[in-house]
Amino acid sequence: MQPLSNRKKVLEQKPMNFMERIYFPAIIKGLSITLRHFFKKIPTIKYPEQQRPYSKNFRGQHSLKRDEEGRERCTACGLCALSCPAEAITMIAAERTKEEEHLYREEKYAAVYEINMLRCIFCGLCEEACPKEAIYLDGPHVTADYLRKDFIYGKDKLVEPKFDITKLNS
Amino acid sequence: MEWSFVIEKFALVTIVFVVTLVIAMYSTLAERKIAGFMQDRYGPDRAGIFGLLQPLCDGGKFFFKEEIIPAGAHKTLFIIGPTIAIITACISSAVIPWGQSLTIGDRVISLQVADVNVGILYMFGVVALGVYGIMLGGWASNNKFSLMGAIRAASQSISYEIAMGLSIIALLMVTQSLSLKEIVGQQSGFVNWNIWSQPLGFIIFMVCAFAECNRVPFDLPECETELVGGYHTEYSSMKLGLYMFSEYINMFVSSALMAALYFGGYNFPFMNDFGLSQNWITIIGVCIFFIKIFAFIFFFMWVRWTLPRFRYDQLMNLGWKMLIPLAIANIVLTGIITLIKDTYFS
Ligand code: SF4
Ligand code: SF4
Repeated sequence: MQPLSNRKKVLEQKPMNFMERIYFPAIIKGLSITLRHFFKKIPTIKYPEQQRPYSKNFRGQHSLKRDEEGRERCTACGLCALSCPAEAITMIAAERTKEEEHLYREEKYAAVYEINMLRCIFCGLCEEACPKEAIYLDGPHVTADYLRKDFIYGKDKLVEPKFDITKLNS
Repeated sequence: MEWSFVIEKFALVTIVFVVTLVIAMYSTLAERKIAGFMQDRYGPDRAGIFGLLQPLCDGGKFFFKEEIIPAGAHKTLFIIGPTIAIITACISSAVIPWGQSLTIGDRVISLQVADVNVGILYMFGVVALGVYGIMLGGWASNNKFSLMGAIRAASQSISYEIAMGLSIIALLMVTQSLSLKEIVGQQSGFVNWNIWSQPLGFIIFMVCAFAECNRVPFDLPECETELVGGYHTEYSSMKLGLYMFSEYINMFVSSALMAALYFGGYNFPFMNDFGLSQNWITIIGVCIFFIKIFAFIFFFMWVRWTLPRFRYDQLMNLGWKMLIPLAIANIVLTGIITLIKDTYFS
């Protein structure tokens, strides 16, 4: 049969010679290797006290953004849900009333917006799909939890807190 | 028998016992630390500084774990198993001479619990009993893996005890005494250490000590990869703790034995040249002895994190076909050398 790759190696099984049979040379070699590691620099990061910097394009937990007047940008168009390969996003749209104009930017908004963090694969396609620049994966790690239902993040966890735009510019 | 003698021995036994337990406790930490450093990581470092409280946490955890006795197990033997293991481990340190004697007032206190004149035989007897703990525990568990581990432990310790005994015989030919106190006493200074006259014997003894303590590369009775946990598969809580503890105590005692038999015990180079008083020599000697012991314990751990486990047939081959013939050759060689020395150089 044709070999599939050129990596085939014929293993030769010679009986061990005397030096190999008394094991000691090999043992001493092994011991010296482990002893060298004893004095090596330890690459471990002591996690809670020391943290590694995240890369610039790290994709963490989603946040639903607000505009410069503090209104939610999302218009519940559903494009993010549509683009999501893991089908992690569900939403219920609602129409904005007159009194809610300071809360939502567009006439339509997401009354319920949920992401199932167990399904999400943090691919960032929702971020790319959004026409309103309303969703970004710029948060921290999604933390562990005890119950499955607690991994369905609603708007309470996703919408970013209100901030003062004037302070941001100064 | 005077009262002061009883009190003195009692104090000594207590000290030895406590020291043994503390060393066994901290061996568990040292093992993990050394493993860590050899694998380029830290090892436990959360409980206390450098993880110094880790053994206490482990001990506490052992006590509070649920105690499980399997339904099919032989209940009495299941409990006797770890008991024997820990008792034999603890009493084996009785004949080790920890130092010369201290003079307080006009009393001379010998730092050896019992100067049995057949100390080495006592040692061997106790170690041979120790395997009963493992055997009973493994058999009583009513579990295939445990039984397998117990069988391996038994056959392994029988095979290696022969080579160990033979290597000791060569040593006895040199020292002419069975009393540990005398053997150590003969090795004063540095050039008199038995390692210089018995290098081969020492290597055989050390390999056998590894096997007797069930340490890697001869840890076939437990080998988690094939036998789950070997003889202590079914054990939980402090019973498991006792097994582990007895393993570490055995390691400590065999380190002490190696240091005493081959590396001069409490003797250190130039001990009589500084004009120190007897008490100081004794105290320094005890410290030196412990340093030697710790070096051996470190070596045990160092080997553990370096070598893979032997296969069972390799273990038996090594024991019967290599070590025993070597040990016999060593005896013959020692005999010839002694004869030549006695006839031509005396
Ligand atoms: S990151 Fe990807 S998987 Fe997660 S919600 Fe957005 S589109 Fe879906
Ligand atoms: S987050 Fe963006 S894509 Fe998703 S529903 Fe809102 S506006 Fe549409």
